[in-house]
This record gives sequence, C-alpha cells and structure tokens, in this order.
Amino acid sequence: MAIMEVDKINKVYRLGEFTLNALTDVTLSIDKGEFVAVMGPSGSGKSTFMNILGCLDKPTGGQYFLEGTEVGRLGRDELAGIRNKKLGFVFQGFNLLSRTSAMENVELPMLYDGLPAHERKERALMALKSVGLEGREGHHPNQLSGGQQQRVAIARALVNDAPIILADEPTGNLDTRTSAGIMDLMVRLNSESNITVILVTHEPDIAAYSKRVIKFIDGRIISDTAQDGSA
Amino acid sequence: MINLQSTVRISLRALRVNKMRSALTTLGIVIGVGAVIAMLAVGTGASEQIAAQMSSMGSNLLIILPGATTAGGVRMGSGTQPTLNMSDAEAIRKECPAVSDVAPVLSGVAQVVYGHLNWSTGVEGTTPGMFNVRDWPVASGRLFTAQDVKSATKVCLLGQTVVDNLFGGQNPVGRIVRIKKIPFTVIGVLAPKGQSPGGRDQDDRIYVPVTTAQKKLFGTPFPGMVRIILVKARSTDDLGRAEQQINELLRQRHHIGRKEENDFTVRNLTEMMQAAEQSTKVMTLLLGAIASVSLLVGGIGIMNIMLVSVTERTREIGIRMAVGARTWDIRLQFVVEALTLSLIGGVVGIILGITGSEIVSALFGWPTVVAPFSVILAFGFSGLVGIFFGFYPAYKASLLDPIEALRYE
Repeated sequence: MAIMEVDKINKVYRLGEFTLNALTDVTLSIDKGEFVAVMGPSGSGKSTFMNILGCLDKPTGGQYFLEGTEVGRLGRDELAGIRNKKLGFVFQGFNLLSRTSAMENVELPMLYDGLPAHERKERALMALKSVGLEGREGHHPNQLSGGQQQRVAIARALVNDAPIILADEPTGNLDTRTSAGIMDLMVRLNSESNITVILVTHEPDIAAYSKRVIKFIDGRIISDTAQDGSA
Repeated sequence: MINLQSTVRISLRALRVNKMRSALTTLGIVIGVGAVIAMLAVGTGASEQIAAQMSSMGSNLLIILPGATTAGGVRMGSGTQPTLNMSDAEAIRKECPAVSDVAPVLSGVAQVVYGHLNWSTGVEGTTPGMFNVRDWPVASGRLFTAQDVKSATKVCLLGQTVVDNLFGGQNPVGRIVRIKKIPFTVIGVLAPKGQSPGGRDQDDRIYVPVTTAQKKLFGTPFPGMVRIILVKARSTDDLGRAEQQINELLRQRHHIGRKEENDFTVRNLTEMMQAAEQSTKVMTLLLGAIASVSLLVGGIGIMNIMLVSVTERTREIGIRMAVGARTWDIRLQFVVEALTLSLIGGVVGIILGITGSEIVSALFGWPTVVAPFSVILAFGFSGLVGIFFGFYPAYKASLLDPIEALRYE
C-alpha cells in the first residue's frame, strides 16, 4: 500500500522576471516499509522534493497524498501537526538545540504533541537506548561526537512513532566509519520496525544501502530502479 | 499544543543563557516601575499630608480678617485695622444660619515662666467656640467655659510644645504659670495637632479666655477688639452661603455704603486647602505620567532585544517548526520570554520603588505613601508592556519559513 503518493507535482520559483522550474511533473509512489535513496547533482530538485515530502514546503501544482490525505493544500499548523506525528527528520547538520541536553532534544517533538513530562522522559530514554546512546542522556550536543549527535537526531525522529524518516544527507558531515554505523542503524530501523526511510544523498556507497534508487536531473525523475540493498 | 509549564521552562532557560543581556534589558523595566512607584508615593504622601493638615486645621473653616488701613494714601495690608470686635463675633454666631460656631481671637506673643524655666510663645485669647471650630479636644484637664470668658478668669490651656518646654515630664494641670508676670492656672493640655498648613507648630501656643487677654495681657485702646474671627460653617456645602451671610451682616454692622469697600476680608481656608490638594493630585498624576514614559522606553528595550534574539535563534525556531511547533507554540514561547523579563523587572522595580521612596522620606523628610493600588498598577502595567512589546518579535518568529530558518547560519 502506498504511504506516500505524489501526482504530477510542480514547484515553480518566481524570481522577478525569471521563473525557475525546480520540479516538473514528478509522479511517484512509495510503499510502507520501503528504503528509498534519492540521488542527483546539486540543483536537480532533490532537496525541493524532500522539502515537499517533509511538509516543509508546498508544491505549486499537483497533488501529494500522505497516508491517503491530500496535504498539498493544508495550512501551516496542520502541516506542523503532520510533521510532528508522521515524519521524522534527520539533517546533514544534525540540527540539535545546542544548549539543551540529548534527552531534551529527543523530548522536543513530544513537547509539541502535549505529552505529560513523565511519558516524555520514558519514551525519550527508550529512543536514546534504541540508537545506542544509553548513559548519554544528560550530554549536550557539544559534548558528543558527530556520529553520536546524528544518533540523537535519529532518536528524535523516532520518538513520536513516526512511520516515515526523511534523511537529507545524514552522513554528509561524518567520516566513513561513522557513516557506516549510522546507515546500519537506518537499515535496522527499516527492517525491524518497518519504518519507511527516504534518504537524499549524492554518495553512491550510501545509496547502496537502499532498496530503491530514484535519480533526479533538472527537476525530473530520470530513473527509478530497485536493488537488493546489500551494501 | 505545548503546555504552559514547558513554555515557561524553555523561556527561563533562554533568558539564563544570556544573563547579562537579560539583566540589562530588565533594567529598563526596573527603572520604569521603580520610578512610577516612587513618584506616586511622593505625590500620594504630599496629598495625604495636606489632607491631614486640613483636618488638623478644622473642617469647613472661614477666617475673617480686619480690613486694610489707609493712611494718607498708604495702604497697610489686611489685618492692620481694628475693625472687628467681640460683638461682631457674637452677631455672626446668632444671625448667620449657615454658621455653626465662631471663635474671636486676640493674640500676641508673651514670655511664659514656670519655676526656673521660661518660654516665649503665642498667646491667644479666645472663647470656648475655638475648640469646636478647630475640632480640638483636651488631652488632659478641661477646656475653659463661657463663664471663664464672662468673668475674665486667669486660666489657660497649654499646647503640647509649651508643656514639653516648661514642664518636662510633670503634669501641668493645676499648676500656676506666669504669662507677662501675671499668674495663670493651667486647667488643661490640648491634644497635639502638629504642623499647620503654613508649617507653623500649632502646639506651640497658649489659650486664655479672650476677655482675660483683652484686659490683662494685650490691652488695646479699642474695647472688645479682636484680631481675627474664626468661623465654622455647618457643612462644606454651607461654606459659600456662610461667607455671603457674614459679608452682608458685617457690611450692615460696619455701616459700609453700597460703593464702599469692605473693611474686613473673609477667607475660605477649606477652599484654599482643597485647591492645594487638587493641585497635588494633578502633580502626582503628572509625575506618574513622566515615570510611565521610562516604563515605555523599557518596553521598547525589551522589544529590541527580543527582535535580536529571534534573529539569533532563527535556526532554533526552524528546528522547532520541523518537529511540529505550531504558530502559537512559537509565539507563546517568545511572548512568555518577554513577559518573564518584564515581570521580573516589575518585581525588582517594586522593591526599588518602595526602598527609593523610603530613602526620599529619610533624606528629605518628605512624607511618602506607597499605595497598594500604585503597586498593582505598576506591576500590571509592566506585564502589559511585556506582552505588547513581546508580541511583535514573537509574531515575526512565528511567520518564519521553516526551510529558510533551518538553513540560517
């Protein structure tokens, strides 16, 4: 069953007299539990595509169904609610709150979900444990290594039981060995918890972890191929 | 929706990160609130002092002064002509329905001796009506009576200051003092009254029957002459009517023709005091208004810092939005932050204002009264300032584009 479905979406930026077609008639369907890598050179529209999938941006044309709901026309706060409940983000630059402990960073989505403090604590601890950061709850981001910070970000993405994780170059700031650790974690979440993972990368060895590779050039999908994901 | 408790915690942490900046921002509100409270305290103190003096003077009071003498074209000022006498006073009491009591006064300064101590003070000859007109009871002993006035007995009532200077700790009632070498029996001590509106010590005075003063102490070539007549009207509303009745009566008694000027003046002291009280109130309001300007400036300071803070924390705002913060979650966070700053400023300002007004009291001897309403007003106002000036930065923050905000370096 398709968890995400985009139908002929367009994204047009108007810069004065110029118009820039960032995405042109992109049609795609992703099933629950898939592990998808989105590839392409910079400026190919893959980031724009991810922002739309992540409900951070709206398409200028076409339709986007997330778990059967058309989200392209929803308002700011409704999109915020969807990001909170259904989507987990992992960014290249980690994007953790710097003066806040790992624990509180992981609690953040639950804060906006209005969960009571004790439940937030409990679930944050579990999420940190599941990414292998037991005992680091009180550490601030600047006391953690890059790989550990990214694990905190993954724990934050997981904690609200989001069915989808969107990762934008998650290993871009990490060395090869740490990258492998992070990717192994993603693969494990995908296979064990049946979480749909969508990954943007320009590194073929990172894309090799996925089971499906979609390539963008000039705002269009030029290839969509399945692979065994045995990197 | 995020709960309020978490919002407050987030705000407090953000403020703690920049302690110095938060403290300086708060300072604007501290000074504003402190100034409002101190100014209102000074103003309220002044008007309460006037009110106290007004009631010490006696309520609904009119003073009749003799007119000005004119000698060869030189006018000597009011009070220099001996135009008022005992029968004028008596006539006013009997014939003016708006008047409740009168007190003719013949006064002078005399040396008073008791034992080996002496003291120079004002001696006023008057009638028992005086103590009714001025709402002035005895602290000990008794007042003199109409009989004392009739027979010009040599009795006197002492003010507290005179007692302090002549008797030390002793009870003066029943003792004999010498006024201008004439022995007087002390029959009572008047209750302390404090300063007059003019700043004179009202307790530094001796009262004797007016007839005794005329015959024994301050003899004049005009029998029955008095220096002034104090009049108490029946009520505040009757003051104007009493003034008019007295004018008519005295013009008739003094045979003053239609086109001639009065040879006396009626002064409405209560009205003058009320005017003074009114102007103090206006002054208080003015001081408060000026102080509120600094509160306003403090609010602008908060807005300024909050705008800087929103810009600095653009990325944080982006992260919060990405994980599901709604428009009002972000707004609330920054409004609560501004409100926290201003309320902390309010509390410190209240403490500063109260201490400040006490210091003013101690240093300059001005009476200050911190009215509870001024504290509530200043605190409430600082809260409003926080919300008002915090809202725009919060509004700006809430409208950021999450993608832009996440990319912000």
